[in-house]
Amino acid sequence: MRAEPLPLLSRVADAVYWMARYIERAENVARFIGVNLNLQLDLPLAPAHQWQPLIDTSGDTEAFKERYGAASQVRVIEYLAYDNENPNSIASCLRLARENARSVRETISSEMWAQVNSMYLQIQTQRSLPEPERMLDAFREIRLGCHLFQGLADATMSHGEAWHFLRLGRKLERADKTSRILDVKYFMLLPSARDIGTPYDDIHWSAVLKSVSGFEMYRKKFGRITPSDVVDFLVMDTEFPRAVRYCIHCASESLHAITGSPPGAFSCTSEQLMGQLVAELDFTSVDSVIRGGLHEYLDRLQVKMNAVDAMLREDFAVRTPVITTSPVQSQLQSPSQPSAMTGH
Amino acid sequence: MHVGTYETGGFYDEMFDGTGQPRVEARLLLESIGALGEGQLQRCQQAAERVLVQLGITFNVYGNSAGTERPFPFDLVPRIVRAEEWSWIERGLKQRIHALNAFIDDIYHAQRIVKDRIIPEEVITSATSFRPQCVGLKPPNGIWCHITGTDLVRHGDGQIYVLEDNLRVPSGVSYMLENRDLMKRTFPQVFEGLPVRPILEYPSLLLRTLESLAPKGLSTKPVVVLLTPGMYNSAYFEHSYLAQKMGIPLVEGRDLVVEDDAVWMRTTRGLRQVHVIYRRIDDDFLDPEAFRPDSMLGVPGLMRAYRAGRVALANAPGNGVADDKVMYAYVPDMIKYYTGEDPILPNVPTFLCWRDTDRQHVLQNLDTLVVKAANEAGGYGMLVGPHSTVAEREAFALKIQADPRNYIAQPTLALSRVPTLVGDRLEGRHVDLRPYILYDDDIHVVPGGLTRVALRKGSLVVNSSQGGGSKDTWVLSSLAGGPA
Repeated sequence: MRAEPLPLLSRVADAVYWMARYIERAENVARFIGVNLNLQLDLPLAPAHQWQPLIDTSGDTEAFKERYGAASQVRVIEYLAYDNENPNSIASCLRLARENARSVRETISSEMWAQVNSMYLQIQTQRSLPEPERMLDAFREIRLGCHLFQGLADATMSHGEAWHFLRLGRKLERADKTSRILDVKYFMLLPSARDIGTPYDDIHWSAVLKSVSGFEMYRKKFGRITPSDVVDFLVMDTEFPRAVRYCIHCASESLHAITGSPPGAFSCTSEQLMGQLVAELDFTSVDSVIRGGLHEYLDRLQVKMNAVDAMLREDFAVRTPVITTSPVQSQLQSPSQPSAMTGH
Repeated sequence: MHVGTYETGGFYDEMFDGTGQPRVEARLLLESIGALGEGQLQRCQQAAERVLVQLGITFNVYGNSAGTERPFPFDLVPRIVRAEEWSWIERGLKQRIHALNAFIDDIYHAQRIVKDRIIPEEVITSATSFRPQCVGLKPPNGIWCHITGTDLVRHGDGQIYVLEDNLRVPSGVSYMLENRDLMKRTFPQVFEGLPVRPILEYPSLLLRTLESLAPKGLSTKPVVVLLTPGMYNSAYFEHSYLAQKMGIPLVEGRDLVVEDDAVWMRTTRGLRQVHVIYRRIDDDFLDPEAFRPDSMLGVPGLMRAYRAGRVALANAPGNGVADDKVMYAYVPDMIKYYTGEDPILPNVPTFLCWRDTDRQHVLQNLDTLVVKAANEAGGYGMLVGPHSTVAEREAFALKIQADPRNYIAQPTLALSRVPTLVGDRLEGRHVDLRPYILYDDDIHVVPGGLTRVALRKGSLVVNSSQGGGSKDTWVLSSLAGGPA
């Protein structure tokens, strides 16, 4: 009888990975919107450009401007949550997560499928923006729905190869999103030197932490809010689940579980790049990051994470043997995957 | 809920006899339904519909770009089959499948049945589903039809007939299984006291059937996969469902490659050999080297590997020859020829339009007959005479005259009815029954099947693509519940 389980189809590995990325992306967008809605209540006189950074975080500044013009709460929420034409909107992410889930329905558990399907149906039937008093709840429900999906994945699916691909996708997406929100907010907040130490400064940095559900955990560890501690927490922390370093550690762990190579070694290019990423995060101090320019540092991190993402596809797709004529298709070439992941 | 006002409307009703009295096997169920409070059955029905949508138990509709996935409508009132009747159906199906398999094997080898003048040679050679590529092939264990879904109907005379054999890639078994789950989930109280036979063995039986086909002498467990045309196929739900229930990979053509006359799948650790393929792709699209060269769904070289005995396919390519509706008319003769027995299950009387006398009769009686294209399925290419317009009949007459070999006709059957929830009351709707038969070293008939129901009032077309739904099918065990 078979000694080891059958390895995953390359197509299935790809779909599971993307399913997880899209769910994670939907959850992040929902959280960003929720935090901004809250922030707005604390800053009643703040101009509408509070909403512009959300567009910048998702990397869609140009596309948004073209179709919607100036940012306002209603327009930004419409675009980020419900716009089917925006490939990174919550609605699009849930649609793509479901498409991927549907293509691997036999690999994931029925519970996971039912969850992603009902989230998709829910957002598709939401024709207009929720009523103002329902707004916060609506995005909270989406967030919880995504958490439920992740919880079901962890509790109802064997932690074998498919699960590790799922976790890999989830963690890379999460690391990417945390680095982006930090990048955009840091850039916005630092120039306003006159605000440093004012209540507004505190409110803004709290909002950054809340965007990644990190406010309470940060408080326990650092107490007072200072920009460099926030950077330390969101990039370098080894225990906070949305910190870049924590996510990359998990992603690396899953990649090793997939390849079977021991920690500290590599058997393929993606694993090598991932190892370099881990080392870079493990052996860099936050002071040197800030001295050298946070933006430049985060930019380099993102380029490296994108390189890992691209190499995963190379490493785990079987190249077509010489004698056959049909090409291997991967989602990279397929129109159903927006290019935003690899574009920044 | 009040069942007393239900009317059989002069049709054979599966639950009520000719005098309007509940049949013995339906009494307990009707009592349970009668005891339900106002609107309770409707609430259960709505709950069931919500579950269908939530679980994405859907089929894809072609030619409809927006919202291509639709739930397959489900009606909560089950169809009941008595134990004695079922054992008769079971014996009849086993006999029929045995003969059909012998026929297919004969047709691709000695063609004794042609030489002995039981079936005219031109019927075979003119069948578009006859595959010259399969001549001389010896599938594992000599079995061609591993999975069959035979359509049965009951006419107004109370007799059950075989309507179609569906030997190629029969679908619907996932709905049979899901319908039972749905019933247990939303309407558990009605099972009380009734010895309904379980059907959940089907995926295990299917897996066993598939594994039995693996090339002999493997040192490892055989790798069995299910080959789907992909997510946009109308039966994709079923493909993923069965793969999941059997715990086997669901593959698409692009996941497979043929090398050294063996089939391999592309995995994260390179190529892995595949030994058995449950293919849910028609012959035409299976292998562009052997069949349609423009197929994007299949695997180039698959037939080479199959011929080399390095991979098994279920069902065997070429078995559609017995699905031809002209061939159908000869099945009673096949049964006698190959088994020496009289057919247990009768055929529907069938007129073959390529026979001059039959054709004349058909053309003169289009308004009372059902005309079917010999190679279509799914309710396509069909004329239901009594429900047709003059223009439709004229168009069909031209088609028949242009290509008589491609058309057969049968009397319009008064399909039996089962009470079905319509609004807040029960009304009779016409049904058929598709049991599923597996053939490994023996022939197994799963005690149940898919009861399809024509939900439109008066309609006789039960296909999901044309307004049909389905019901759970309860085969009772002989321990109790049969006629006293």
